[in-house]
Amino acid sequence: MMFDIPDDLKYAASHEWVAVENGTATIGITEFAQDELGDIVFVELPSVGEELTKDSEFGVVESIKAVSDLYAPVSGTVEAVNDDLTNAPELVNDDPYGDGWFITVSLADTRELDALRSPEAYEEQTA
Amino acid sequence: MSLRESPLGAIHRGHDAKMTDFGGWAMPVKYTSITHEHAAVRDSVGIFDVSHMGEVFVSGPDATELMNRLTTNDVADLSAGDAQYACITREDGVIVDDTVVYLLPDGETYLFIPNAGHDEEMEARWRDHAAQWNLSVTIENRTASTAMVAVQGPHAVERVNEEASTDVSALGRFSVCETTIGGVECLVARTGYTGEDGFEIVFDVEDAAALWNTFEGVQPCGLGARDTLRLEAGLLLSGQDFHPETEPRTPFEAGLGFVVSLDTEFVGRDALADAEPDQSMVGIELDGRGVPRAGCSVLEAGESVGTLTSGTMSPTLDLPIGIGYVDEAVAEPGTAVEIEIRGRTIPATVETPRFLQRHQ
Repeated sequence: MMFDIPDDLKYAASHEWVAVENGTATIGITEFAQDELGDIVFVELPSVGEELTKDSEFGVVESIKAVSDLYAPVSGTVEAVNDDLTNAPELVNDDPYGDGWFITVSLADTRELDALRSPEAYEEQTA
Repeated sequence: MSLRESPLGAIHRGHDAKMTDFGGWAMPVKYTSITHEHAAVRDSVGIFDVSHMGEVFVSGPDATELMNRLTTNDVADLSAGDAQYACITREDGVIVDDTVVYLLPDGETYLFIPNAGHDEEMEARWRDHAAQWNLSVTIENRTASTAMVAVQGPHAVERVNEEASTDVSALGRFSVCETTIGGVECLVARTGYTGEDGFEIVFDVEDAAALWNTFEGVQPCGLGARDTLRLEAGLLLSGQDFHPETEPRTPFEAGLGFVVSLDTEFVGRDALADAEPDQSMVGIELDGRGVPRAGCSVLEAGESVGTLTSGTMSPTLDLPIGIGYVDEAVAEPGTAVEIEIRGRTIPATVETPRFLQRHQ
C-alpha cells in the first residue's frame, strides 16, 4: 500500500512530520503511522508554553489496540495545541497532514531541521 | 517456529487484511478498521474466521464420564444438540482454559472447542486422563482439518438462514444442528463471542473458501473487533484474563462460578469446594480521559487493590472500559477507585463487566 508523503515536509524516523514556516514548526504523525496504529481513540498533548527537547517524549497517541509515544522532532516552545483532538482524535486518521496536526513549536535551533529526513528518505524507510 | 495457517489465509491476504500471531496462528486483526468492523456487528452483521479455535471430538462408551471429569459443568445435563460453556481446571482449581462443549445431534459424540494454541495440550490432557482412569473413549483432534467461522450481529440469523438448507432461525441459544450452507455440510451452533445473536459454523477445511464466499457482502471482521466486542459484553479472553501461569484464577474469581457444578467429580472440584477468593473479576469505567489497558493498577485511596487484565475505548459506548481483578472489599458495583495509566491516576467506577447490557 502506498502512503502519502508530502514533498514540502520533513520527517523523523519515529514517524512525526514537521512543517516549518517563519520559525514555527507544525508537528503531526504521518499517514503511514496513523495506518499502523489503526483507529485512534485518544491523544495526550503537552501544554502551551512547555519546553520540548529534541527526541524527548511530548505526548501519547492511542489507538484501540496500541499505545505509541510521540517524540519531539525538534527543540522549542509549544505555541499551540490542537484541542480539536480531545473530542475528535479520529482526525489523526482522517487527515494526518491537515486537521490531525498535534502542536506548533517555536524553534529553538533551526539547525536541528537538517537532521530530519527528506520525503525520499522517509519513503525508503517505510517502503 | 512457523505460524499455523488458517484455511482462509489466502482469502484474508487477498482482502489486504492486517495479519498477526494469535496463539501460534497467523490470523487477521482487521480488514478495514476495527471500529468499522465492530459497528458492522453491533448494527448489522459481520463474519469472523475463527479457525484458530480448536476442535476436539470425543466419543465412545465413557465419553460422558471423561467430559464430566475434565470440565467444570455437568455434561449429563446436555441433550442431543445442546451446548454448554465450561472451564477446564487443574487440581488446585485454577482455570487452564475455557471451552464450549457440544453434544452433537447424534447424541453420542461430544465436540469441545479449546482456545487457539490449546488443542494439542487439551488432546493430550484428555488422552492422559482417559488412560489413567481406564476409560473407553475415542479422542480426535480435528483442528487441522476443520475450519470455523462466526456470523454475528442483529441480522446474522436472517443472513445465515438465507443460505442454509434448513431453518436455522428455529435453533435455540446454545444449540447445534447439522445443515448445509452454500452446499457445504456443516455444524451450525447458536453461539458466539460478541454479545450479539448469531452462529458459529464448523466445517471441513476443504470447503473453507466455498463457505466463506457464500457470505459475500457480509463485512469480514478481524480479531481486533472480536476483542472489543467481547470486552463490551464482559466476556473473558483465555490467556489474558486468566492464564494458568501468569494470571492463575479460579472460575469463582473470574466470575464463572455459574459453570461450576460441584455435584460432579471433575479435576479441581475439591479445591473449588473449599475456595474463598480474595479477589473477583469486575468491570471498570473511567470517569476521566484515558484508555485503560491490561496491567494498569486499580487504586483506592492511593493503595493498589487490583489490576486490569483487559481494557479499551469501547467503540459502541464511546467510554474507556476495562476488566480486571480487585479485592473483595472494593468489588461492589458503584465503588469509586482510580486507575493508574502511565503514572497518571484517573478516577473510575467499579461496575459489572456486562458493559453493553448495562447501557442498553
